Amino acid sequence: MTTEHEFDVVIVGAGGAGMRAALESSQRAKTAVITKLYPTRSHTGAAQGGMAAALSNVEDDNAEWHTFDTVKGGDYLVDQDAAEILCKEAVDAVLDLEKMGLPFNRTPEGKVDQRRFGGHTRNHGEAAVRRACYAADRTGHMILQTLYQQCIKQEVEFFNEFYVLDLILDGDPQAAGDDGEVAAAGVVAYQLSTGEVHTFRAKSVIFATGGAGKVFKTTSNAHTLTGDGMGIALRAGIPLEDMEFFQFHPTGLAGLGILLSEAARGEGGILRNSEGERFMERYAPTIKDLAPRDMVARAMANEVREGRGCGPNKDYVLLDLTHLEPSHIDEKLPDITEFARTYLGVEPYTEPVPVFPTAHYAMGGIPTNVQGEVLRDNTHVVKGLYAAGECACVSVHGANRLGTNSLLDINVFGRRAGIAAAEYANATDVTPELPADASARVEALVAQLRETVGGDGTERVAQIRKELQETMDRNVQVFRTSDSLAEAHGVVKELQERYKNVAIHDRGTRFNTDLLEAIELGFLLELSEVVIAGAEGRKESRGGHYREDFPTRDDENYMQHTMAYKRADGTVDLDWKPVVVTKYQPMERKY
Amino acid sequence: MTATAEKPAEAGAIPSMTVTLKILRFDPDGLDGREAGTEYWEEFTVEAHATDRVLDALHKIKWEQDGSLAFRRSCAHGVCGSDAMRINARNRLACKTLLKDLNPAKPIMVEPIKGLPVEKDLIVDMEPFFASYREIMPFLMTTGTAPERERLQSPEDRARFDDTTKCILCAACTTSCPVFWTDGQYFGPQAIVGAHRFIFDSRDEGEWDRLEILNDKAGVWKCRTAFNCTEACPRGIEVTKAISEVKHALNTGEI
Ligand SMILES: Cc1cc2nc3c(=O)[nH]c(=O)nc-3n(C[C@H](O)[C@H](O)[C@H](O)COP(=O)(O)OP(=O)(O)OC[C@H]3O[C@@H](n4cnc5c(N)ncnc54)[C@H](O)[C@@H]3O)c2cc1C
Ligand code: SF4
Ligand code: FES
Repeated sequence: MTTEHEFDVVIVGAGGAGMRAALESSQRAKTAVITKLYPTRSHTGAAQGGMAAALSNVEDDNAEWHTFDTVKGGDYLVDQDAAEILCKEAVDAVLDLEKMGLPFNRTPEGKVDQRRFGGHTRNHGEAAVRRACYAADRTGHMILQTLYQQCIKQEVEFFNEFYVLDLILDGDPQAAGDDGEVAAAGVVAYQLSTGEVHTFRAKSVIFATGGAGKVFKTTSNAHTLTGDGMGIALRAGIPLEDMEFFQFHPTGLAGLGILLSEAARGEGGILRNSEGERFMERYAPTIKDLAPRDMVARAMANEVREGRGCGPNKDYVLLDLTHLEPSHIDEKLPDITEFARTYLGVEPYTEPVPVFPTAHYAMGGIPTNVQGEVLRDNTHVVKGLYAAGECACVSVHGANRLGTNSLLDINVFGRRAGIAAAEYANATDVTPELPADASARVEALVAQLRETVGGDGTERVAQIRKELQETMDRNVQVFRTSDSLAEAHGVVKELQERYKNVAIHDRGTRFNTDLLEAIELGFLLELSEVVIAGAEGRKESRGGHYREDFPTRDDENYMQHTMAYKRADGTVDLDWKPVVVTKYQPMERKY
Repeated sequence: MTATAEKPAEAGAIPSMTVTLKILRFDPDGLDGREAGTEYWEEFTVEAHATDRVLDALHKIKWEQDGSLAFRRSCAHGVCGSDAMRINARNRLACKTLLKDLNPAKPIMVEPIKGLPVEKDLIVDMEPFFASYREIMPFLMTTGTAPERERLQSPEDRARFDDTTKCILCAACTTSCPVFWTDGQYFGPQAIVGAHRFIFDSRDEGEWDRLEILNDKAGVWKCRTAFNCTEACPRGIEVTKAISEVKHALNTGEI
């Protein structure tokens, strides 16, 4: 049995991007937000350190410096027109949140306080600048709560614990060509509490489904960040952009991947190797520990590789906060120091904290233009289809995102997508018809998995996922080579085959999370292949993508975004899209 | 290069152990010959490390033994509020409770939080809880035109309501409250925490609207200061203190 709904705008995801979009869209058009988690469970709430904006509240700053840092930090793969918008609209994005009630930390004069963060500098690299607006180390939590509170105020309609599993378009985006048109018609969702399938017919659809960190084993991402939106778009024939660029955050709790914000270094924390050396002085003499994440993560991995790691297995380095005043730590970094105490039993006042890079952020995703409209190739949009936040690629982060630019991204481009989607809906007379068999693919997927209960499938979801994550950590992390990528590619292909033989155990219809984990694994397996294919195709090193066999950046051949298409026969093809350069010609990236 | 997920910090030094979990289950579908709505205890034994979270043990069960075991979780480090449950008769987050902090000699008792309708196993219906939260108007209320820049607020004024901004809506407090269990009307402590966060925010002008709601029969006067909520809160919020500040404001008319 399928229940049918009709809205002007349907937003998939209730993290920062989805709810920021909903606040705009629901004022203008009939809007539904569909989310697999309760809104306040979204991983935006885990974000810690801050949100960048050149407010100049504590020292001189401007949007142009911020744009330059974003472009340089992204190793020149950033689309500069998008970065200009991001940094220009940043100030209003922060002020809007403040007006909604967000409890930012304050300066003595009562203004929003700002602190330093990696890669954010004064006057094109002179010195670190205080640009990150923050609320202790709970900035994301405050953003998520504040946006949710505003959604309550505006009576936004939520469908909580509904998993969107399919996107309905009125045509094949890969067959439309230059003259054809393809438009969104709606989505199909599975309701966790009942097992029922729902169709949502809509004039506009916005994807805001967040990241895909669970393709890796060691990650700062939630269990639920399985790249569903990206996977759904890929299956619908839409390309994914720059998926080989994954950010490994330097300071995950060793062995666990739980994040310790860069704010720890922004507040004065120092990385040390087994000799007690502040090794970042060698890798980035000017801004040292506050160099961009890709450089710090590689430096750490290199220290470990060269035998200067700490601990019994010499497999991590130390984050030293012991020279900071405990009261300063309590005021500025209360949560992350508690993570170290709770999960590693380490007291950061007196002991350095074991850390190692952790898979953190997908720079790539569903390609969009600056209005949030989804691209089906290098130039054509899918009408009525939008994406924003971590699942999207505008691309403001290029090859490496600067810390605090994602909370900014979800607010700026979430807002833009919400407005554009509602305006498009209002300018469109009729809601597209859903085909009679709109829900067929989801129904078949669910039925097929249900039938595996007690059947002769021999594979377990958790086992395949574990092997996938292990091969990704081993072969596709901060250092990559053609051999490591080929190995990972082979493993993923084999796991995709084994996945066909998977069996689940829950035969129930209510809260069947067993079934959904199996479906989520399907997305992870497809996305991993795209990450690897992109990494194999990009024979250079840039930002978060480092090829030991091609250790330098190659602007001649690769000032281009990767566009990965999944073909009807299941193969992944790569194409390229030129980077938009407005002002900043690529330069060597030194800090 | 691999991270060290397989062998955490003091690898080798971390003793592995066998733990038994006794889980209160609820079957909404009526499978395997049970009637729909059957409640029953089931015991599972897993190999785990002392530094593992209860959530890790639950995952082991779900992933290796019984895929039908249902519980909510997302962040796995105590910030999303998904996995409040009763562990050894105390409300806690499964992802913030380490096995080493529980007595390994005895089975670990795991039950859904109390006072909200159970849906399946450790999953309860959170809707009544969120409805109480919505009722106290948890959003900044101001009058007049908004300033062009930010509203100013001194660090001291900001500190006034810092504690209650930390709430992750996990419901551990509300579902540990004896009044909430027995009185179908009571909002529960979280709603008061949610209101406190705005009442004591110098920028907000809706404090008396909210205080009026809390003054209501379902509100703050039902609290019997049992302190269960403060003990249960995984964010370390002094819930009882927040409630008493609200009571004080109502008694004195001062904020
Ligand atoms: C630990 C951590 C710390 C961070 N700190 C910072 C920081 O200090 N500064 C900064 O700028 N950035 C930070 N980031 C990055 C930033 O927080 C994220 O990139 C950003 O919050 C993502 O927001 P989002 O709205 O795109 O996605 P999320 O907040 O992840 O939301 C995704 C939403 O999509 C929904 N969803 C997913 N799949 C489906 C589906 N199939 N059907 C229906 N709904 C679905 C989910 O329910 C959820 O509501 C941090 C990230 C992490 C992990
Ligand atoms: S006050 Fe504490 S226990 Fe209660 S809902 Fe908030 S975080 Fe959970
Ligand atoms: S899983 Fe997020 S709080 Fe426990």
